[in-house]
Formats: sequence, C-alpha cells, structure tokens
Amino acid sequence: MSLIVKDLTIDIEGRRVVDGISFEVADGARLGIIGESGSGKSLTALAILGLLPDTAVTGGSVLWNGRELLGLPEKELAQVRGDDIGIVFQEPRTALNPIRTVGRQIAESVRIHQRMSKADAWQRAIAEARRVALPDPETIVKRYPHQLSGGQRQRVATAIALACDPRLLIADEPTTALDVTIQAEVLELLRDLVTDAGMSLVFITHDLAVLSQIATHGVVLAHGRVVEAGPVQHLLRDPQSPITQGLLRDATSTLWRPTKGAES
Amino acid sequence: MSEIAARPVAARARWHWLRQLWRLPTGRFGLITVAVVGLVALVSVFWTPYDPISIDVNARWQLPSLAHLLGTDGTGRDILSLIMGGARTTVFVAIGSGIIASVFGIVLAALGSLTPRWARESMAVFIDILIAFPVLLIAMMISSVWGGSLWVVIWSVGIGFGVSIARVTRPELRRVLQSDFIVAARSSGLSNTQVLWRHLLPNIAPVFIVQLSWSMAVAVLAEAGLSYLGYGASPTEPSWGVLLANLQAYIGIHPLAAVWPGLAITITVLGLNLLGDALREATDPTLSRGRDPLHPPRASIRHVPEVIS
Repeated sequence: MSLIVKDLTIDIEGRRVVDGISFEVADGARLGIIGESGSGKSLTALAILGLLPDTAVTGGSVLWNGRELLGLPEKELAQVRGDDIGIVFQEPRTALNPIRTVGRQIAESVRIHQRMSKADAWQRAIAEARRVALPDPETIVKRYPHQLSGGQRQRVATAIALACDPRLLIADEPTTALDVTIQAEVLELLRDLVTDAGMSLVFITHDLAVLSQIATHGVVLAHGRVVEAGPVQHLLRDPQSPITQGLLRDATSTLWRPTKGAES
Repeated sequence: MSEIAARPVAARARWHWLRQLWRLPTGRFGLITVAVVGLVALVSVFWTPYDPISIDVNARWQLPSLAHLLGTDGTGRDILSLIMGGARTTVFVAIGSGIIASVFGIVLAALGSLTPRWARESMAVFIDILIAFPVLLIAMMISSVWGGSLWVVIWSVGIGFGVSIARVTRPELRRVLQSDFIVAARSSGLSNTQVLWRHLLPNIAPVFIVQLSWSMAVAVLAEAGLSYLGYGASPTEPSWGVLLANLQAYIGIHPLAAVWPGLAITITVLGLNLLGDALREATDPTLSRGRDPLHPPRASIRHVPEVIS
C-alpha cells in the first residue's frame, strides 16, 4: 500500500503549473506537502485522483500499489476513489451539499462502496459521526450543512472521506479556513484517526507550524517544483532552501513580530 | 431505538415541504388555484351544466342568472360550461408544455455544461441563437406544416421555454459543478450520472422550479393568445383564448361576458406563478424558517447548543 508519484507534470492551457514533482508515501506514513499558494500543491492532490478539470494535461506517473492511476478509465478510477484514497478539501462552506442532511451524505458515501440497506447505512453514518467526535451524533446527522459550524462541517467532510476506510487520506489544507483553536482540534482528530486506522496521510498546507504537528516528512514546493524534502524536524531545524526559510519565518512570525524592527 | 426512529423521520422529511408550502400564504393560494383548475377540468370531462358547443339562439347574450350562472354568449352557449371545458384545454396545454420544456431545457443545459469544452461552448452559442426565436414564430412554423391544433401550442411553448430554462439553468449548473462538494462526491467514487442526479439537479431545482412554473403560466397565456390568432385550438374546441377572442369583439355592448374568461386566465397564471415562488422557498432548506438551531425564532429557544466545535 504505497503511493509513488514520479515526475508529475500538469499543463493548463499550455502553461506548465506542475513541473516534475516526485515523492513517495509508504504504508502508514504521514507526508506533508508545503508551499505558497500557486505552487501546485492542490493540483498535485487532484491529479492523484484524476479530478483535474478537462483543460489540464498530465504527464509522469502516479503509482498506487504498483498500479498506474494517470490515464485510468473513469470507471476504474471511481473504485480507487473513496475505497482506497479519500480526500478532504479546504473550504468547509462548499465541501458539503447544501440541500441534503449531513447524515444522508455520509450514508451515501458508505453505500457507494458497500452493499447495505438504507437503514444500515444510516446507522453507519451515526457511527461515523461519532468517530469524528461530532457532538450528539444522533441528532446532528439530521441537520443541514448551514446549521453546522465550520469545524463541524470539516468533521463531516472528514467522516465522508473516511466512511469507506480508505488506505490513504489526502487532506488539502483542511484547517486553513478554521480559526486557531479549532485548527488544533481538527489536526489532533486527523492524526488520531489516521494512526488508529493505520492509514497513510498526505497533508497539504502552506503553514510549516501546522505541518510540524501532523506530518513526519515534508516536501517543499515552489513554482511547481520540489525545492526541498526530508524529515519535518530537519526542515524546521536546518532549512536549506530560501523558500523553506521563508516559510519558517512566516510560521514563527507571530513570535518575531515584536522584535521585527530590530531583526532587520 | 434510532433504527425505528429513522423511518418516520424520513417519511416526515418527505412531506415536510408540502406543510411548509401550505404555511406560506402565496403557496396556499397557488395550491388552491391549481387544485381548483385541475378539479374543474376533471369534472368537465363528465359533466358540464350545458353542452359547451350547443347553440341556443333564443338565449343569446343573457346576463348571469340561475339558469346560466355566468350568462351566455352571442350564440347562446353557456359561458360557465365553456370555461369549464376550457379548463381542460388549459391543464392539457400547461402540463404538456411543462413536460416538453423541462426535458428540452435540462437536456440542453446538461449538454451545455457537462460536456467537453468545445461542445459546451458551442452549445451555449446554440442556445443564444435559439432564444432569439419568439414562441409565436415557432408556433407559426409548426402550424404551417401540421396545421393549427393544441399540439402546436404545446410544442412551440415547450421548445421556446425549454430554451429559456436552459439559458438560466446552464450557468447555474456550471456554478454548482465547481463547488467542492461535487469534486468531493466524485472523489468518493460517484459516477458522473450519479453526481448529476443526486447532487447537481437537486441543487439547481430552485431556479428550475421558478422557471418551470413561469413557463407553465406563460403556456396558459400563449394558448389563449395563439388560439386567439388561430394557431391553437379550433373554434369548436372549448378554450379560454378562443372564448376571449369571440367575446372581446362585443366588449362595447356586452362588457360583462368578456370578463369571465379574462378572469379565469389571470387567476390561473397568478396562481401558477405564486405556486412556483412558494415551492422554491419551501424546498430550499437554507430558506426554511424557524428550524435553524443557530438562528431559532425568539420564542422557541429550547436547545442550548453543546460545545460548538
């Protein structure tokens, strides 16, 4: 159960936005992909699952358990999605269908990959809601997304992604739209869920501080290229590339701010 | 426990929108109007006070009386019977063109938003070209080939309004298509058709319902108008448009007679429009009032939220 991305390229309307990215996620590993906005992190995540818009052209290779995912027919991709690889998105506002109760959305995700009755799927939805630590799961599954807070919605999105017990979870900036205290809670939840289930994790962020809390290894992207890679501790202690140094400064900027004038 | 509880909840949710609809004054008016027109149309199949096409020269231009509740026209036909018979025509045309407009509109909108880029862009242009054709022109084109009949009205209004449904729902489809939850639905393994039926169409339903009710209302008007011009119902068929056309010629002498078909058309169109508006409000959970625990109505705060995380 491993993901190997090799020389991945993505062109959108003739412009190369991802230029030869390679990384590897072993079974049970937690990899962070970090970079500023526009560095190609989210596109890489979408490319792995074949979810890029039809204007994008991909090259290179994405191997999942030795099976090439790029160019796989839609029907076979649909089996990999959710069953093997789940994904959580950045914006909790639009991540859920506004006109369906959250329980139905979780149950739907369960029923795609497992044959079970509606009542069983509903029970499973309540169990999944409990697993992501939503308060009062029996009643919350009957609510609509707009009746939930941002953190709760992100938990529901996580529950949908995890409902079929994928082997790999891709989290695309799942905490960026949340405020700091809730960020910490969601991060902790994600880490616990991933380690409990022995899943692999690809965590995408622009915040090195967040990365240090969840990932063991990191890949730093800039302008669609890998500029640095290694264990997160190394990236934090001894950043080689100026991009990583910049990200590190940003992550600690709240501490530096009082002495910023003296520093420069 | 909750396994037993789950079923009534689902059943209640299924009919919830109907109660919501009844609670809105506009929805209640629309429902009643549409129900009355439908019922009258149904009754007219079996019974009308008089035969709507029987002529009685002795009873020309009678004012409303017990014998003729709405009076008679210039050939002595009973206006109430004619209006009842006309309701049948109206229901037939409204439903027929509603179905054609929905199918045509949704197929065009889907082709204009879900297909590869070159196809959807050219479809958008195609829709823009089609929208330039007025319903009247389409009706004239169809009737020049097949002659005037109610089917001409149904097809021309259906096509004409199908195009405008497509015009309005296509950008809406594109907008919903770009939402994360669509990508999320695809990423959890739903096929494109499943995404279309379960996530896309339900989300454009509010816009679609308003358009549909509007096009059905216009179908009623267009039937009246096209029949008036002679492209629709034949003069012997009971139709509100034909009736109005006949009676308005004498409006200076017998003003009251022309009021009845005019009133029937106006109320039906108004009812359909209000029903569409209310339906949209009733079926959209983000608009439903008083059930939002974050913003409950003042008097009914019964639930203090636990940790909101």
